[in-house]
Amino acid sequence: MSDPVTALNGATFNAGIASVAEVPLQGMITLRGDLSAAAIQKAATVTIPGDMPTAGRARIEGENGVAWMSPDEALVLCPYADVSAVLEKMQKTLGNSRALAVDVSDARASFRISGPHAREVLAKLCPVDLSPAVFTSGMFRRTRMAQVPAAIWLSDTDCLQVISFRSQAQYVFDLLVVAAQPGSSVDLY
Amino acid sequence: MLILTCPVCGVTAEETEFHGGGEAHLKRHGPGSSDENFEEYLFMRENPRGVHFERWRHVYGCGKWFHAARCTTTLEVFGTYPAQTYEPPKDLLAKISKKRPGWAWRDLA
Repeated sequence: MSDPVTALNGATFNAGIASVAEVPLQGMITLRGDLSAAAIQKAATVTIPGDMPTAGRARIEGENGVAWMSPDEALVLCPYADVSAVLEKMQKTLGNSRALAVDVSDARASFRISGPHAREVLAKLCPVDLSPAVFTSGMFRRTRMAQVPAAIWLSDTDCLQVISFRSQAQYVFDLLVVAAQPGSSVDLY
Repeated sequence: MLILTCPVCGVTAEETEFHGGGEAHLKRHGPGSSDENFEEYLFMRENPRGVHFERWRHVYGCGKWFHAARCTTTLEVFGTYPAQTYEPPKDLLAKISKKRPGWAWRDLA
């Protein structure tokens, strides 16, 4: 059996205004289909029972969750080892609905930026208003991070999580490290 | 810099999160059309100073196409509306008329 590893083998950077760490392997399933349909909503929330989040929002608790990506796409989070079991459960829930559920865990890299300046680090890279009054817990924002796409959410106070493509992991990590370098705080938020 | 609001996901962001898709509301002239019509469909574009209608795509966000009405001189965005339409909504046209009296764009005014 192969031994799955993350793109950067858990790289961390703690010497700056915020700490940047690559998140251990996280199970991710892309679900495409009409998100207003009941069967698809049920399949999307299979790891975290409850309502489907509305546009631009997510419900994420620990390694489980669901995020709204677009009107026809949801991202389902689950522990890495459970992906095939969750996929099977989703396929059963979907039945004959017109939908697609695919394991994309190994196509992604994710990072955690924590510390009092975490918002500032990301605000330097994304065209998003990250002030505490605007970007609040429960929001899930797909955006541009310097030159690559990324999705961000607030996993805790002063802790932001970022998902990017795995092939761009080194680029994203380097970006975050430069944005978090010592003495670079703007003290905007 | 343009500040656009995606009518699909409701996100308001500046233009680097989007990608321009050229002029809006082109009528496709396909097989069987005259050479003039096909030429017009392929090459003839408006290049106005003032009110303009464009297609945009929320490329770093939800990935969906939409329409935007904006002013090419002031970069003011009058409004955005869904892609699934052949013409701009009436209330948007009224809003533009109020701000830019006497404007014209192709057969709209």
